[in-house]
Amino acid sequence: MANEVVDHGRRRFLTATTAVVGGVGVVAAAVPFIKSWEPSARAKAAGAPVTVDISKIEPGQKVTYPWRGLPVFVVNRTKEQLDALPSQDNRLVDAKSEGSSADQQPKYAQNEYRSIKPEWLVLVGLCTHLGCVPDFVPVMKPEPFDPEWKGGFYCPCHKSRYDMAGRVYAGVPAPKNLLVPPYHFVDDKTIQVGVDPKEAG
Amino acid sequence: MTKRFIFSIALALGLVVGSVSAQAEEGGLPPSGSGVRDQASLQRGAKLFFNYCVGCHSLKYVRYSRIAEDLGLSEQEVMDNLNFTGAKFGETVVSHMPEADAQKFFGKAPPDLSLEVRAKTADWVYAYLNSFYLDPSRPVGWNNTVFPNASMPFPLWELQGVQTAVKKPGSEEVEKLELSRPGKLTPEQYHQAARDLTSFLEYASEPAALQRQKYGIWVLLFLAGFTLLAYMLKKEYWKDVH
Amino acid sequence: MANVFTRIGEWVNERAPNLAPTYRKHMTEYYAPKNFNLWYYFGSLALLVLVNQIVTGIFLTMNYKTSAAEAFGSVEYIMRDVEWGWLIRYMHSTGASLFFVVVFLHMFRGLMYGSYKKPRELVWILGMLIFLVLMAEAFMGYVLPWGNMSFWGAKVIISLFGTIPVIGSTLVEWIMGDYLPADATLNRFFALHVIALPLVLLLLVVLHLAALHEVGSNNPDGVEIKKGPKGNRWDALKPADGIPFHPYYTVKDLVGVGFFLLIAAFIIFFAPTFGGWFLEHDNFIPANNLVTPSHIKPVWYFTPFYAILRMIPSFFSTAIWGVLGMFGAIALLFALPWIDAGKVKSIRYRGTGFKVALGLFVLAFVLLGAVGAGVTAEVIPEWFGDVDVTFWENAFGRLMTLIYFGYFVFLWFYTRLGWEKTKPVPERVTTHD
Repeated sequence: MANEVVDHGRRRFLTATTAVVGGVGVVAAAVPFIKSWEPSARAKAAGAPVTVDISKIEPGQKVTYPWRGLPVFVVNRTKEQLDALPSQDNRLVDAKSEGSSADQQPKYAQNEYRSIKPEWLVLVGLCTHLGCVPDFVPVMKPEPFDPEWKGGFYCPCHKSRYDMAGRVYAGVPAPKNLLVPPYHFVDDKTIQVGVDPKEAG
Repeated sequence: MTKRFIFSIALALGLVVGSVSAQAEEGGLPPSGSGVRDQASLQRGAKLFFNYCVGCHSLKYVRYSRIAEDLGLSEQEVMDNLNFTGAKFGETVVSHMPEADAQKFFGKAPPDLSLEVRAKTADWVYAYLNSFYLDPSRPVGWNNTVFPNASMPFPLWELQGVQTAVKKPGSEEVEKLELSRPGKLTPEQYHQAARDLTSFLEYASEPAALQRQKYGIWVLLFLAGFTLLAYMLKKEYWKDVH
Repeated sequence: MANVFTRIGEWVNERAPNLAPTYRKHMTEYYAPKNFNLWYYFGSLALLVLVNQIVTGIFLTMNYKTSAAEAFGSVEYIMRDVEWGWLIRYMHSTGASLFFVVVFLHMFRGLMYGSYKKPRELVWILGMLIFLVLMAEAFMGYVLPWGNMSFWGAKVIISLFGTIPVIGSTLVEWIMGDYLPADATLNRFFALHVIALPLVLLLLVVLHLAALHEVGSNNPDGVEIKKGPKGNRWDALKPADGIPFHPYYTVKDLVGVGFFLLIAAFIIFFAPTFGGWFLEHDNFIPANNLVTPSHIKPVWYFTPFYAILRMIPSFFSTAIWGVLGMFGAIALLFALPWIDAGKVKSIRYRGTGFKVALGLFVLAFVLLGAVGAGVTAEVIPEWFGDVDVTFWENAFGRLMTLIYFGYFVFLWFYTRLGWEKTKPVPERVTTHD
């Protein structure tokens, strides 16, 4: 009875095709489950751009605002602090923010001050090492962690140091400069964090 | 024998399906003719909702941003034409009225309408919007044949006009409603407006309806292809079995 | 590359020498009768739905909030704000209903072909236990969205325990952890629904399959292939009418899976509420302990049992008879292998009396479902005009209840008093395909 020849080629072909199509189906079915872990509409709404009034921030002062639940530092830098920035260049990992820290700021903040307007520094206040919030240490005086301190940010967790432009010093655990979030000036007294100048039109 | 049993099962399933469709035309309400596929209708319905309803009713599960995305409107259009409460674009639709005031005015807080169509069906909402009539015996001055003694005034009266009830002789039962004072819209125009509003609430009840209808057809086509392949594979292997 | 796989295979084999034989025992060397028909798809489909429920359920717990205040909102959050959350939720809710569709058909197959009869009584008992746990699992899952039907469904079902004499009212409070279904109830139901009962369910499924593979599958002819001639094209010592489960039934079940997924996908994408049967209108209203929905009824898969509960009146000033009837309806199914003493398994060779009785039994079960779902109460005035609906609904429902229980009584006498005139059972399976 069983004397007809089995077409092994056809059998292999159909098995492979069914397996591949079934595999594609399983992968496609997995996509919604994977995507369900993305920020939900509620999380996105809570992480919407934040508008900040900066008129009350005195020169030399730092104020922290939450944006997407992250601490965003807004610093009004003094002329003295800005003038001291170039002097630190040779002690830093990536002074021009063009190497390892090329992605740590939007293009419009990729300059010597890492900001749109020189005096206004806007940073995400999370250490690029393991995500602690660095302390703001603005006064230029010898510090236990750095005898030549010219002001900046010092992370209490693992002693990473950043200058007054959020640029990381060489020889500390943190690998990159502090992150500059997208932001733009609505007017002279107001910035909006989370929106590029381009998008804001 | 098996065939006869399959037949009896099919018959039983037929009864179930029959009763499903019987359930669908519950209470003999006329079909609303609403739906979420007509974007223009949804936009008109949204406009009606935000002009006449949001004063009292919230859509607490619906975000303005989602309305913009699904109804093909820009952020600017939604914020200028639909959002009158100063809520942020990503926030949900909350009514103007504080709940305590509502309690005071109507005896109970007006319900959230996020799920109204899913809870009551589109046909019910459409019929409800068409069935208000003047009734001085009610505290708010209005009554409704679909939902007797509803404690809701009828904000759309300036569009529909004023309906009054014709009672059955010697009874309090409403026989039919008559338009005693015409509104800004003709009856046909008003029916369409009520249909638009129902469509918008149907959308608000299940925004995912737009996605599932979009993706569903591709899923079915893919599965049909897969089933065909599996069938060919089965046929091939079962040549061995005699 | 192939070499690497061979070596991994050898490595595993050396450390777990029983793995490969176990696989062969249950797949390539499990010889199933070659004459399975349409009715034999539903076992593997039930397994598929179980996997679906577990996977989608795990993802639902990631966003569901177990609290009376937040549960309803969190389900809507899943439906609207979570990316693709609506699909995951519909897969779970549709899966729940289809689980029962598949299980009912699977059980009907067992009734038809005598799969509960010796030597498969253990398979049947384990299957019935799965059914029982599945009902508990489904009931608790139905409570979780905390809609108004969830709340009142929970209240009504828990109240059933209140009819038990003496301990009833204490038991009801103990189950709820409050004086009405509340936060505490929701929390414990959640714990049972997502971990306790699924574990039991999985264990029972493993045992059900293990018990089946010990004795081998039944088939539409009700012939024991192990007692028939030996020798087939794969093995000279195995039953002549058996074929290896893998690949023959794996590829066949794949076709069933394809068809089933087509139906499931159609419901999920185009009719997720299934006209108010899979997701009920009143459950889109948040739980309200002051307002009972106008049509209070359980989800469709409980309605036949619920109808039996409703149709049996209370007397001797206790409502326990209905509860006993409802649980009795399930208990009798457990006892079926010992009620039915017929020598012939398959309906193909059994007496006409059995065929008629089984047909009536299934019809009564479906119509009881209609009574429990309130369909008869709607249809009677439509078809018969101005009549006493309650009277006719009760008369009809009680007749159906009688037929349901009558099946078991009839079977007892029919198979013991020699009333059954069976046809000769063939030596070997007849291949119908």
